[in-house]
Amino acid sequence: MNQHAQKAAAFIRNAERTRWHDDALWMVRSKRDTATHDIPEWEQLRELGSLVKNNVLSKLDEYLDEFEANAQKNGVQVHWAADAEEHNRIVHDILAKKKIARIVKSKSMLTEECHLNEYLIEKGIEVIDTDLGERIIQLKEEAPSHIVMPAIHLKKEEIGALFHEKLHTEKGASDPQYLTESARQHLREKFLQAQAAVTGVNFGIAETGGVVVCTNEGNADMGVHLSPVQIHCMGIEKIIPKAEHLGIFTRLLGRSATGQPITIYTSHHHRPKPGGEMHIVIVDNGRTDQLGRKDFRNSLKCIRCGACMNTCPIYRRSGGHSYGYTVPGPIGSILTPGKDLKKYSDLPFASTLCGSCSDVCPVKIDIHAQLYKWRQVIAEEGHLPAGKKKSMQMTSWLFARPKLYRMAGKWGRRMLRLLPKGLIYNRFNTWGRDRDLPEAPKESFQEWYQKNRRS
Amino acid sequence: MSKQKMLQRIRQAKPEVTPLPEIPGFAVPAEVLPILFKENSEKLGSRVLLTASKLNLKEQVLQLFPDAKKIASPLSEVDTTVDLGDISDPHELADIDVAIIRGQIGVAENGAIWVDEQDMQHRVLPFITQHLVILLSQDKLVYNMHQAYAKTQVDQTGFGVFIAGPSKTADIEQSLVIGAQGPRSLTVILD
Repeated sequence: MNQHAQKAAAFIRNAERTRWHDDALWMVRSKRDTATHDIPEWEQLRELGSLVKNNVLSKLDEYLDEFEANAQKNGVQVHWAADAEEHNRIVHDILAKKKIARIVKSKSMLTEECHLNEYLIEKGIEVIDTDLGERIIQLKEEAPSHIVMPAIHLKKEEIGALFHEKLHTEKGASDPQYLTESARQHLREKFLQAQAAVTGVNFGIAETGGVVVCTNEGNADMGVHLSPVQIHCMGIEKIIPKAEHLGIFTRLLGRSATGQPITIYTSHHHRPKPGGEMHIVIVDNGRTDQLGRKDFRNSLKCIRCGACMNTCPIYRRSGGHSYGYTVPGPIGSILTPGKDLKKYSDLPFASTLCGSCSDVCPVKIDIHAQLYKWRQVIAEEGHLPAGKKKSMQMTSWLFARPKLYRMAGKWGRRMLRLLPKGLIYNRFNTWGRDRDLPEAPKESFQEWYQKNRRS
Repeated sequence: MSKQKMLQRIRQAKPEVTPLPEIPGFAVPAEVLPILFKENSEKLGSRVLLTASKLNLKEQVLQLFPDAKKIASPLSEVDTTVDLGDISDPHELADIDVAIIRGQIGVAENGAIWVDEQDMQHRVLPFITQHLVILLSQDKLVYNMHQAYAKTQVDQTGFGVFIAGPSKTADIEQSLVIGAQGPRSLTVILD
């Protein structure tokens, strides 16, 4: 059992910190709004992005085939991995063949999902994450709490203390400029020593067989161009048909993610560097299962911008770690039940269904509708917690008996007015734990209507 | 080999074919492109110089980076202290102070500039240098990314990139820091 609610309760125990986390993410959401208002055709772009992705899903096998053929023509070695285990083994084989002991990695949620780092480290390979946020959480031995800003949950003082311990920065120093500079020096050494570089992939172009990697720090490029071996790990759903479609997605991605008109670097890799090796690993790991679920396949259109997290009132106040999966927030909550319905059965409930996630999604995924649909699947399959199940059963029993329902309503309204607070806010009233119940009206709407309709 | 198995499963799972949409030609603002380009580049931390100045390029670079010891460029019109032709291992570029390259296309809506392998000679050059200077002809400016991709052949060389500013991060408490793992500054000279 995943226990989002319990972990969220622990997170909000520190009210000041919750507020800080909430504000930081809301600021990013606001920047996103400003950036999208800059282009009049924003809504049209979202629609285009959505339609292109629909087409991709409907011809995914053909595009992957085309992608592989074109990549091979370019001298790229393409590998296919059905699951995380196969993916990790392929990457390790590439490294082992060259006796590579040190690699650098740029941000890749796919390799997080596959737990590539742990796998390689166990086999004696040094793996250094080079995105600053990822390096911070790697040193702290934590998982990312956000897909775009992995260390958004940490305060600069904590990062200062961590760097003091691990990178020997000055004790007590917490200036972001100073800490970033220290990480820069540290990572430069690692870039220069690395024998291979692993990256994620934002887009794979079927028409040309190349991959596109977007960063702000330039860390992916530092790694890839210095190392003799480059490995790009790509989920099957990252394919786009043609290079011209990048016009749509590069305009959507940066604006949605951080409110930038584009990421600083949008790198297109097509052929190995002179004397080098280039590999692309195409990974399924449960994606095809999701593709086969009519109600939920839209979740595969995601371009991993993180906008749904930044806007989500639950994510902002519960933190990424409370979701217990690599991709947290609303999009994570519709991806995870497909991976393990029982384990993640509480995540579709970690939402108010306010719909803000669907409103900001750059490829128009109906996130909140899918959350609602997952709830129904979870109830049907019997994965609701006992308390919720019982109360649902009782409610539906009552709703099926109008006379009884009216009577219960009448009594309820009277009791709420008359009973002492201590009795109403008992341990079965979970809703009232942190809130007051609304004041009970004297009559129900039905009673009011009957009295007034003829007048 | 998992390929056939994976494709077979996708064939069974995928929905009915939906068509690809046409990308319309979006409206382009009436403002002058160089001015828009400058504004948007500066928002991402670049410095844009419109060369009204009579100074030649060499003096301009010296003025911008008076302390630079190692200057590298594949361009013949630039005085360099490092000959890129002599370098076979990209690791030798680790101590470059300033690199100067020419961009092919500039995008006014976001300040991004397209360069490919031929423009940089070594792929790592525009990333490993402490400071980057990109020369760009004003007549190479377009307004948006659709126009930029229409003019680019992304697989013309083995590597190509849109660069839209100096390397940056906000991974520590959302505080913007310029100079993450790549260049500490980007200067664009529009000529």
